[in-house]
Amino acid sequence: MAKQQPRVDAVIVGLGWTGSIMGMELTDAGLNVLALERGADRSNADFAYPKAADELQYGIRHTMMQKPKQSAVTIRRNLDERALPQRKLGAFLPGDGVGGAGAHWTGVLIRPTPTDLQLKSFADQAFEPGVLQDDMQIQDFGVTWDELEPHFTFFENVCGQSGTTGNLRGETQEGGDPFEGPRSEPYPLPALQDTQNTEMFDKAARQLGYHPFPNPSANVSRAWTNPYGMQLGPCNYCGFCSRYGCVNYSKASPQTCILNALKQRSNFAYRTHANVTRVELAADGKTATGVTYIDENGEEVFQPADMVILASYALNNVRLMLNSGIGQMYDPVSRTGTVGRNYAYQIGGGIHMYFDDIEFNPFATAGATGRMFNDFSPGNFDSASHGFIGGAKMHSSQASGTPIKTPLPKDTPSWGQGYKDALQKYYGHHMKLSMTGSVMSYRTNMLDLDPTWKDPYGMPLLRMTFDWKENELKLSRFMRDRLREIADVLKPDHMEESFQLNGDHFKVTSYVSTHNVGGAVMGTDPSNSALNRYLQSWDVHNVFVPGGNAFPQNFQANPTDLIAALTYWSAKKIKEDYLKNPGPLMSRA
Amino acid sequence: MASQPDNMSRRAFLRGSATLIPTVGLAGGISLTAQADEPAPNLSEYQPVFFGEDEWSFLLAACDRLIPGEHAGSGPGALDTNVPIFLDRQMDSPYGHAERWYMEGPFDLDGSPDLGFQYPYSPREVYQKGIAMTQQYCRQEHGKRFEQLDGDTQDAVLKGLEANDINFASLGERQMQASDFFSHLLENTKEGYLSDPIHGGNKHMAAWKMVGFPGARASYRDWVDQHDVEYPLGPVSLNGERG
Repeated sequence: MAKQQPRVDAVIVGLGWTGSIMGMELTDAGLNVLALERGADRSNADFAYPKAADELQYGIRHTMMQKPKQSAVTIRRNLDERALPQRKLGAFLPGDGVGGAGAHWTGVLIRPTPTDLQLKSFADQAFEPGVLQDDMQIQDFGVTWDELEPHFTFFENVCGQSGTTGNLRGETQEGGDPFEGPRSEPYPLPALQDTQNTEMFDKAARQLGYHPFPNPSANVSRAWTNPYGMQLGPCNYCGFCSRYGCVNYSKASPQTCILNALKQRSNFAYRTHANVTRVELAADGKTATGVTYIDENGEEVFQPADMVILASYALNNVRLMLNSGIGQMYDPVSRTGTVGRNYAYQIGGGIHMYFDDIEFNPFATAGATGRMFNDFSPGNFDSASHGFIGGAKMHSSQASGTPIKTPLPKDTPSWGQGYKDALQKYYGHHMKLSMTGSVMSYRTNMLDLDPTWKDPYGMPLLRMTFDWKENELKLSRFMRDRLREIADVLKPDHMEESFQLNGDHFKVTSYVSTHNVGGAVMGTDPSNSALNRYLQSWDVHNVFVPGGNAFPQNFQANPTDLIAALTYWSAKKIKEDYLKNPGPLMSRA
Repeated sequence: MASQPDNMSRRAFLRGSATLIPTVGLAGGISLTAQADEPAPNLSEYQPVFFGEDEWSFLLAACDRLIPGEHAGSGPGALDTNVPIFLDRQMDSPYGHAERWYMEGPFDLDGSPDLGFQYPYSPREVYQKGIAMTQQYCRQEHGKRFEQLDGDTQDAVLKGLEANDINFASLGERQMQASDFFSHLLENTKEGYLSDPIHGGNKHMAAWKMVGFPGARASYRDWVDQHDVEYPLGPVSLNGERG
């Protein structure tokens, strides 16, 4: 018999961005809230200078990331391949511990476009029938720009977003992104400083007629006090950002922006090393009664709660739903069931350019340092004539200059005197042109439970089925050609490309992106979404699942701003309607 | 295109920034100077903790080929920078024990290599088995141990490992390929060469000085807008050593 804890009004599974936001909002509503975090406690003191400035510890050994030992993902590229466990992290790096991925993220804080939120409607209007792959399963989010805009604005104020406004209430602003959706307020803070590579990229992109603007950043350019009274200090461009905790209170994180305010509240508590294995359901399966977790002593504990918020990483949210029997598991053959449906990702690619005589000083940078342009996001160019849907963020970013990760031309020896010579010659003389591309959802890109491998508590591992599809490979080729044109302007002494092209398959062995999305998507139709448009389970009404899992497909930019805005949107509905009258917020009909 | 800061501005910058480097212990942090005066050990006097004597001899010889020393050309080598000490210490770290990795069976060795490694060995076991297989190969092919071979022959053996031309299965190791061992050895050697000296390698930050990485300075607010100008200051380490 499991040990039982006293009942709480709401239990939050996972204490990263979404868990911290929900904690704030639900305690505001007077609820007694408990968060359960399976990793360690982490505060800013854990990142105090100089601890975080250690590439081996954080950049290479992944000290802030999830341990596959605790919950690996098994991966296959198609339904016929045998999935194998990802025994050590590679293609993606989900966070672990208090703060989650929000503690180690790079800090690019950018909105989707209004079109991204209604991609299916856009596709129906812009593409002739038969142009797009017939196994594509794209959908609208079920929430509009105008509904989310106040929540973007609020979260950007929480983070001290730094950048250049492009569209203020419909008026285009000089230097910003002319393609951005209308903002109700300008960016809270001005953009970060440019670096050598961003200056070069900006000039070349403008010469080609594009509209570059500074990467929207949650590494703050100036001192900032946020709506919770939390203070951030100006970024000192330390060069240890993506994969690291911030040494300087400059990168927006749950720790820096929310948790110290939340921890003051008497109706909030959290426990670490509390690994939730499943949500418990009432006998009729229509409500959750709480969650079961394994505590730090390995004991099973039942935590009763009136509401359950699944706020762990997107992949684990889906796994918890599957392991708990919340909703019906997706079947790619009959196309029935919704949990595990529409897993999506992002596609990357780039051109490495080497300039013998230019000093880039790559170590002097903020994580989000860079410039991008949005001329190739959906609706801004004619992708239909090239046979694909989606878009890409085109950018030159310089997230770090840590030396173990120094890129070297492929034709240099990987060891021996030639390696040492190349390291000496090329370190600090490299810049990259990158594209980050959207990935649509497809019938066989999905998540379910692995039939073979289990975690240390005997629960099945999550199985991911994912491969690049023709649509994304066409997009990749198109964007490569555009980046080549920029490289031609910049004339490096040496360059080489890295893109996914026809015939390439997903590889887990090297880093791709930690923008894993979908699997428990939001929508307005219970036959193709696991959650309604308020992120409430269609099937178990007191379970809400904020996270990247809610994206019906992925867009071309970074997901955190949208994840946070959706979480505030969901919390608002919980506070305004659900608490007064607990039950389904949308009818299934 | 790159310009050197002139001597005046370089001196002024050095003077100005020296005051920015804290020299006392930080509250709740690590003292920046506490161990700065402790000399890094001499490789020749180091007693390996994990590796046996024979394994150690192999590592010394192999590291010297992977990143050759000053004797072979410009810049410090793996032995000059204590990389083998780093490797020995890593074997006793969570990494060496594969503490973070998923190591539950079954181990399916027939899948695509694009799905990641599937053999049942921690890095400690990878090194022990990999070195033993390589030595067995050297004895069979050359009648000598790896470290007794001349440099060119050692390189040929390493290339054989890298390309899987040396067949571990035929030597009795059926779960791991020669290239699996080689990639651990090469990757870890580079890590030791380029990581903070706190981990045992990169003695006196010599590799950082060679490439121009300022280490754990982690503060460039007054430098980020100096475009295409060579950064004038040497590195600092987590323990406060300055180079």
